[in-house]
Amino acid sequence: MKLKQLEGLLGSIQQFSNPKVDLEQYPTGPHIASRLLYTAEDTFGDVDGKVVADFGCGCGTLGIASALLGAEYIIGIDLDAQALQTASTNAENLELDIDLMQCNIKSLSWSGRVVDTVVMNPPFGTRKKGSDVVFLSMAFKVASQAIYSLHKTSTREHVKRVAFRDFNAKCAEVLCELRFDLPQLYKFHKKKEVDIEVDLWRFVP
Amino acid sequence: MRLLTHNMLACNIKGVTNGYPLGLEAEKWVEKEVDFNADFLRGVFPKIEWRALVGAARALGFPDLLPEDAPDPSVLSSSDDFLRRFHRALLELHVEEGALVCPETGRRFPISKGIPNMLLHEDEV
Ligand SMILES: C[S@@+](CC[C@H](N)C(=O)[O-])C[C@H]1O[C@@H](n2cnc3c(N)ncnc32)[C@H](O)[C@@H]1O
Repeated sequence: MKLKQLEGLLGSIQQFSNPKVDLEQYPTGPHIASRLLYTAEDTFGDVDGKVVADFGCGCGTLGIASALLGAEYIIGIDLDAQALQTASTNAENLELDIDLMQCNIKSLSWSGRVVDTVVMNPPFGTRKKGSDVVFLSMAFKVASQAIYSLHKTSTREHVKRVAFRDFNAKCAEVLCELRFDLPQLYKFHKKKEVDIEVDLWRFVP
Repeated sequence: MRLLTHNMLACNIKGVTNGYPLGLEAEKWVEKEVDFNADFLRGVFPKIEWRALVGAARALGFPDLLPEDAPDPSVLSSSDDFLRRFHRALLELHVEEGALVCPETGRRFPISKGIPNMLLHEDEV
């Protein structure tokens, strides 16, 4: 599948109708989501034929993008039942099979190393400090091949340190810097926070 | 929820030590065809907990789909029939309604519209 085609399909999926502020519910836009997964597949071969887990899957954007790029098995996990229902409908509309599960990433309990790749756009921790690191910690426990994640550029040194020191990463690299335009979903967002700088990371566990 | 997901899941209640595999109650399930990918099956086979998969297939009413004991990996190249059965069990059966049950505490995690709910109560975290 071509990048443009992927971006187009992702643009057609339904997003949070009623975003919950506490859970930092905002979608990864089709531009960023398509590039994230396209790079993962095209440059690193981390998607096609793989088992992919989408942490904090929301309405399923990243999991659906993985499926469109040939992932063999996808499991999306989120706390929120409503978002999961939307994800389920989105997958069905595109005739994709995606497993979904309602669970707090913090208390996920998985055995074995069946998952190859974790993809996620974790809560940046603007509401609950350190949420992105909680997600990252769990991703390192389950992924056997690679982890793709978005973190605020302002936390780059911190993310790098915890990846190597706490999670024993073999590799942690920023693939690119992005401007993430958070749509003004939330009233508390001051104007300057609407457009934030975000790093796309690839970690090897 | 498909059986590969069940194969990975353990009970996540704090303090539980024998939370794997989760029991499976399937009130409603469906079967959906998936493209057959032998390379994928060969790669994933060594990572699968065999007894959990056999138990889950049995819970869906397939007592004879899979051999009781994990077969020797050589079967992956010698038997197409085995690969087809493994494929079906792992990827094509979806539990729509039912529950996952912790083997240690008996706690039930409901599965509704295909989505298991593994959220814990406050006193379980
Ligand atoms: C920034 S959104 C990303 C949504 C989606 N992955 C996407 O890329 O469009 C973060 C998601 O994480 C979920 N979430 C927040 N905290 C969570 C937790 N502790 N466990 C599981 N999911 C969580 C939210 O419900 C939300 O859907």
